[in-house]
Amino acid sequence: MTDVGRHPRIKLYTLSEVVGIKGYVGNFEVKILKRARYVDEKECTSCGECAKVCPVVRPDEFNLGLSSRKAIYSPFPQAVPAAYVINVNECLGHNPVVCAKCVEACDKKCINFHMSDQEILEEVGSIVVATGLEAYDPRELDEYGYTRFENVLTSLEFERLVNAGGPTRGELIRPKDRKKPRSVGFVQCVGSRSARKGASYCSNICCMNTIKSTLVLKEHDPDLEIKVFYIDIRAFGKGFEDLYARSRRLGVHYLRGLPGTVEETPEGSLRVAVENTATGKLEIHHLDMLVLALGVKPAPSTQRLQEMLGLQLTPDGFFLEAHPKLLPVDAATRGVFYAGCAEGPKDIKESVTQASAAAARAIRLMHRGEITTEPITSEVVAEHCKSCGKCAEVCPYNAITVDVKKKTPAVVNQAACAGCGTCAAECRFGAIIMNHFTDGQITGQIEAMLEENPSEKILTFACNWCSYAGADYAGVSRLQYPSNVRLIRTMCSGRVDEKFIWHGFRKGAPVILVSGCHIGDCHYIDANHWTEKRVARLHKRMEKMGLRPERLQLAWISAAEGVRFAQVMKDMEALRRSVTREEIQETIRILEEAKKG
Amino acid sequence: MEQSMPLTRRKGEENRPRIGVYVCHCGLNIAQTVDCGKVAGEAALLEDVVVSKDIGYACSEPGQQEIKNDILEQGLDRIVVASCSPRLHEPTFRQMLISAGLNPYLLEMANLREQCSWVHMQEPEAATRKALDLVKMSVSRVRQLEPLEEEVLPLTRRTLVIGGGVAGIQAALDLADNGFDVVLVEKRPSIGGTMAQLDKTFPTMDCSI
Repeated sequence: MTDVGRHPRIKLYTLSEVVGIKGYVGNFEVKILKRARYVDEKECTSCGECAKVCPVVRPDEFNLGLSSRKAIYSPFPQAVPAAYVINVNECLGHNPVVCAKCVEACDKKCINFHMSDQEILEEVGSIVVATGLEAYDPRELDEYGYTRFENVLTSLEFERLVNAGGPTRGELIRPKDRKKPRSVGFVQCVGSRSARKGASYCSNICCMNTIKSTLVLKEHDPDLEIKVFYIDIRAFGKGFEDLYARSRRLGVHYLRGLPGTVEETPEGSLRVAVENTATGKLEIHHLDMLVLALGVKPAPSTQRLQEMLGLQLTPDGFFLEAHPKLLPVDAATRGVFYAGCAEGPKDIKESVTQASAAAARAIRLMHRGEITTEPITSEVVAEHCKSCGKCAEVCPYNAITVDVKKKTPAVVNQAACAGCGTCAAECRFGAIIMNHFTDGQITGQIEAMLEENPSEKILTFACNWCSYAGADYAGVSRLQYPSNVRLIRTMCSGRVDEKFIWHGFRKGAPVILVSGCHIGDCHYIDANHWTEKRVARLHKRMEKMGLRPERLQLAWISAAEGVRFAQVMKDMEALRRSVTREEIQETIRILEEAKKG
Repeated sequence: MEQSMPLTRRKGEENRPRIGVYVCHCGLNIAQTVDCGKVAGEAALLEDVVVSKDIGYACSEPGQQEIKNDILEQGLDRIVVASCSPRLHEPTFRQMLISAGLNPYLLEMANLREQCSWVHMQEPEAATRKALDLVKMSVSRVRQLEPLEEEVLPLTRRTLVIGGGVAGIQAALDLADNGFDVVLVEKRPSIGGTMAQLDKTFPTMDCSI
């Protein structure tokens, strides 16, 4: 940690959050909100004189409220930067009449109430997302009595209690009567592996964390009675089984089954009722203290960052990697990498390993100082352009300029164009060519697909980032769905031109599906808003023409929603069966006539 | 199954594309459901298809070499690889096209694994029909693809690390020690994250900070 503080190449912003990200791989512009510390980071020597005189006493977050701190405080002894900080919401204020005692106490005069929040812009070429985890909140699992009984603790509170730097200097005592417990129980899978409350996944670290804790306790006091209530003990890592064996050898009692109820006795001890699933018997255990091994949840900032960077999440809420085996630290967004629990629950060793991998991937991208971009961008055919300005209006990147008044043709800034193709889909004059996804290339695919037995097929447009990836995920998960589905990949659902839909129906398609990223998740900022509008417009037109609008469907399917993809395909097949040959023939007739007219 | 036409182009065909189609077995991943030989055989009859083969592992070194040899010997100028998802191996095959002297954007992949054999495992005939449709669509598309040139842009040799826990710290240090500038953003007043709150850590049983 201290290495980070003094490294000449690392610029550290604490009390800071990323509030905006613009640009693309190689050249991101990042907006950072740095909140005021009210203490000069460089000048503060952490002498602590200020805290001594501060009259405001508050629970210390670092010790999870098991001790107190002042309104001006050091987060913890080894903090980096090693500077005090003022929680301005707790502080009585800098008015000398009110308080300002700390200002007087500080010899170096580094307390400054005139500091204000700052917005900082930084330019970077790549981004590592290491937003970490949040521990599960056990209050909803009330059978364990966390809210009711003081001697039921979370694993994190326990960590602080046995820590030499913690509120008791490492001495284990019960919060209720400050007595030394003679027996301690651990409850595993609190918030993990449950379909009912908490998460259904395994949080990965809690088994080993508990085993570690039992060893720490046995080291302190070999006679302490320790019981661990578990579903399975997962000790699969290098050296882990040894620790588990050592813990059992030292007499820790591992008991298969999670407690059903916990009650408090008049002495403040706990009466734990548990069905031992190894024997099938109900057992009652009396314990002086109970520790809940909390599961791991995604950090609360995950969703905001996901929207800012156009990233994808798994159904569990962690960040989704570009490929689960071959690109485990890359995001699908080029130039973004994951490290640590942001991507899924993991222990310190795995976090460090993944962080080094993310760094190596970022270096691989940046070391040449230049970057090649995919030439999948749009182009304007000047002679067809009517300078209506529609393309500039729909471009999520403001990459198109057109002077509507002077009637000069639109111009695409190739460096800013990300290649969603929305402009090409919205241009009514055929004046925009979307390279690699041209009108001809896509209608050619439609024709090839519908050449034989079109009435049996389901024409599906899928965006590269979400729904096409969702289809791949359905494949990886071996989910079976109707075999008459045919996908056409576009980079974004925004590329799906009205022309393609009419062309499909004219060629005899019974049903058509347009699919893309969920609103808010679009890889091209918000291009799928235009998809939504376009489909609504198509539905109206279809209704006017006497075609059943439901034959054109729109579905948002994320890269992690393989199950949803398979279900949507089954629904589409049910819909297809409702379309008769006569209806298809009639559609073709109506559309041919409309084309002539 | 191999079907090929002579390298010398017939009169009037000078400007026709010369397409090669490669239907990958992916071991048994595709081949146990899709009749790859049949798909390759029928694809050979499609317009402009000069070579159409089924192949054990298209992505393997010998697989790529075989396609490369065909490009050079048969004068192929557009390639369809019917195998796994382009999200997996498109970069692999684009690289192969470059090494054979073709523009990498003259490649199209038909997704016969993730979107066909793996999702229709109980319907080998329907899966084979679908595979053929997917190949037909790809041949139609590859015929119309145009060579594209990649653009080289300057890049900022700096990394933003969001989060100052153990993962963020490690990533920042590795990058910085390799000579890259790092901007590390942490929302709390100190770095350290959850790790800093732990007492001893497994498996070494030493202190966390």
